[in-house]
Amino acid sequence: MEDIKTNYSRRSFLKSSALAGGGLMISFSALAKFGLDDKVSGLELPDQWYELTGYIKITPDNIIKIFNPNPEFGQNVMTSLPMIVTEELDADWKQVVVEMGQHDSVKLGPQFTGGSNSMRMYWKPLREAGAAARNMLMQAAAQTWSVPVEEVTTKAGMLYHEKSGKSGTYGSFASKASSIPIPKGVKLKDVKNFKVVRSSKKNVEGLKIVTGKPLFGLDYKVEGMLIAMIEHPPAFGMKLRSFDASEALKMPGIKDVFSQKLYEDGFEQGGFDTRTFNDLLVVVGNTTWEVMKARKKLKVEWEPAGDTKNTMSGKREVVVPGELESTSAQLEKMKEYASKPAQQLRKDGDPETAFKNAAKIIERTYNAPFLAHNCMEPMNFFAHVTNEKAIVAGPLQAPGWSEPTLSKLLNLPADKIEIQMTRMGGGFGLRAYGHYIYEAALISKKVKAPVKLIYTREDDMTYGIYRPMYTATYRAALDANKNLIAFHVKGGGIPENAVHANRFPAGAIDNYLAEGWQIPSNITIGAFRAPRSNFAAAAEQSFLDEVAEAMGKDPIDFRLELLKRAKENPVGKNNDYNADRYAEVLKLVKEKSGWNSLENKKYSRGVAAYFCHNSYAAHVVDLIMRDGQPYVERVTSAVDCGIVINPDAAINMIQGAVVDGIGNALYGGLTHKNGVAEQNNFHRYRMIRFHEAPKKIDVHFVQNDIDPTGLGEPPFPPVFGAVANALYKNTGNRFYEQPFILQLNKISKA
Amino acid sequence: MITLNINNKNYNVDVDPETPLLWVLRDTLGLVGTKYGCGIAQCGACTVHLNGQAVRSCVTRVSSVAGRKVVTIEGLSEKGEHPLQKAWIELDVPQCGYCQGGQIMSAAVLIRENKNPTEKDIDNAMAGNICRCGTYLRIRKAIQLAAEIQRKGG
Repeated sequence: MEDIKTNYSRRSFLKSSALAGGGLMISFSALAKFGLDDKVSGLELPDQWYELTGYIKITPDNIIKIFNPNPEFGQNVMTSLPMIVTEELDADWKQVVVEMGQHDSVKLGPQFTGGSNSMRMYWKPLREAGAAARNMLMQAAAQTWSVPVEEVTTKAGMLYHEKSGKSGTYGSFASKASSIPIPKGVKLKDVKNFKVVRSSKKNVEGLKIVTGKPLFGLDYKVEGMLIAMIEHPPAFGMKLRSFDASEALKMPGIKDVFSQKLYEDGFEQGGFDTRTFNDLLVVVGNTTWEVMKARKKLKVEWEPAGDTKNTMSGKREVVVPGELESTSAQLEKMKEYASKPAQQLRKDGDPETAFKNAAKIIERTYNAPFLAHNCMEPMNFFAHVTNEKAIVAGPLQAPGWSEPTLSKLLNLPADKIEIQMTRMGGGFGLRAYGHYIYEAALISKKVKAPVKLIYTREDDMTYGIYRPMYTATYRAALDANKNLIAFHVKGGGIPENAVHANRFPAGAIDNYLAEGWQIPSNITIGAFRAPRSNFAAAAEQSFLDEVAEAMGKDPIDFRLELLKRAKENPVGKNNDYNADRYAEVLKLVKEKSGWNSLENKKYSRGVAAYFCHNSYAAHVVDLIMRDGQPYVERVTSAVDCGIVINPDAAINMIQGAVVDGIGNALYGGLTHKNGVAEQNNFHRYRMIRFHEAPKKIDVHFVQNDIDPTGLGEPPFPPVFGAVANALYKNTGNRFYEQPFILQLNKISKA
Repeated sequence: MITLNINNKNYNVDVDPETPLLWVLRDTLGLVGTKYGCGIAQCGACTVHLNGQAVRSCVTRVSSVAGRKVVTIEGLSEKGEHPLQKAWIELDVPQCGYCQGGQIMSAAVLIRENKNPTEKDIDNAMAGNICRCGTYLRIRKAIQLAAEIQRKGG
């Protein structure tokens, strides 16, 4: 079996310069390729190498300022990425000050948060930058002390020459170091000697967060800034017909009401330029409340938009159907499509014959609804656009992907567009899409003033760009001896399917077939924490549990047997996982959860494991039923993400993914009637709440020295399957429909 | 003109009396630690103290606040040394951090009134605050730690 290759920078370079007022600045650049393994179908993701840049500054008074190059949305890169630099620099973490790097509109490609890629992209370039800076400081000290550089040592931001007893701070040699050429081929630390990386460091913005300092996009403010809101159509498939703003314009503080087209016809959209509603009705005023109030005075007529066309990059035209869709009809349509022939994605052996000869066939269909991202900070962005330049600031995951579109929309060259990245109040994939940034920029251009565009919660939840609606039918063929002889997955969705043809259990079963289909829709979708995997894992991991039971096997042992087969005698090619690492998280979770121990019998236990976004995760959830309501009380998690940079923060993120997974599995879901979202705020969209979250989530890492991979996504998908399997243990019913609470309520009533 | 007492400081604001306190804090006074999350008292991100009780500022009319004491996350302590703030940092609770001010404000009333809250007490006090990142487990532990710090006089 082939290991998964991580796409590290194949070339990186460093540049040094003197700081004004003395000191050293190292700029580092690296080319990195985005290994987005979960591509969103229908969108063309750029597949190229990007330049990524950051800085280290050391001042004469020994303050070490490290820029975090990547947007922060709670994954803690503000802390963990600078830790990597600090490690190789051999600096004292206490002396390090972290600053959010801004988007460099001239030099940089995407400083991209998504796909669990931050660690993978930056691990090597950040280590190299830190190590080069350390080496230059050592050379500066050696020259000053007239000693061989080999005799200079470092420790916690200090330079030493043992023989002569000389020592000095990094700061005192920083200016001199700035004149030393960047060394080539500096040796990196042995990972066994790490002092900063692999030890838990607290969030560098923790104090600011708990004292309410302005950090987020919604907090961004400049003098004379106006507030803008957008009235979008009440239903997918509708557009603006006419409006009467006379009453709204009379409201206090209102500056302007106007309609605005987001993209002109034929505008070539980038891969993440989702167009949900193109005709915008904009209200601009002095304060948020005044604008909110004035919106209620608008008299607007909407009309069906009919079929529309999107022009994607490469002038590819995509027709968006105009139908006003309803969930019930969508489910019927999915059933109809599921019975039609689909696109074959992978085939091993002779699955048709194997199914024909099977002693037993297990066939199950799984469904999941649209999910809204529901970032706690609703979409918003600041823009100040003039004829000469544009400044935009706010929460976004992919500045480099928004910049070319901003440039085209505003008719300004990229170097006249300044993108500032604020801390994000969540992202979960949604903030990779630039619509609200473009809207803010166009509004600012129109009203010729600095503007903050704010989506209300209702605007945010009903705008679109959801996790798609998915379905999949799994079939397993058993022979007379209850051996698994064939496996078939046929998945579909609106508007994409979630079939990963080359993932486990592909490679472990002789006869295997994967097929996919999709139905176009005007309800827009986008990346949602572990795109596609979040459904694939839920369905597949429930199904495997059921197959194991039919075979009379323990669900963990059954998976381990399949993984053993995949390792020793893999079926087919391109199997997209490392069977050893996959098995390891299962073994670890089995051990740490006390899988078979008697004392855990009071809980209904469910297990699931998954590999996506280059890391491996397995969970055992312990569920109980109280007053007819399911509660996951405890969870044991095992994760392999290679080297764990900041262990406590990594545990926090895994715990969060577990809670998020339980919440979405049990309660999450967005339904539509004639194009109108039936949930528009938290009174109708059920979010997991405090008392519904587990009281204990024990996280265990597989200890190895493999280069780090990401954590934002991988622990999330298997939670769904583990919850479904625990619910089965408790109720005796298998759960095929998300959110599970609806199915549970039906069972309780029956 | 409405006179407000916020974090022990008086402000005169000239706003529509219907304006929710949230937007007066954020837009008029620049106190942005109080967050907008839902506007309908469902998420708790906008929680402040009104005469010592936790309220959702997004549904609290500014006119109803005149003559009463408002405390926001900025005014909970001078330097972030409230036991809850210490505990939040000690246990590194936040992920994105957006909801945490509101979480702390809800918890502050709990541990002021109840020096030794049970799991159930914590559940009840925190039921109105959503954390999308799922830090509930750490919030629970941090409340317990803060109560302990408080009992020891911290």
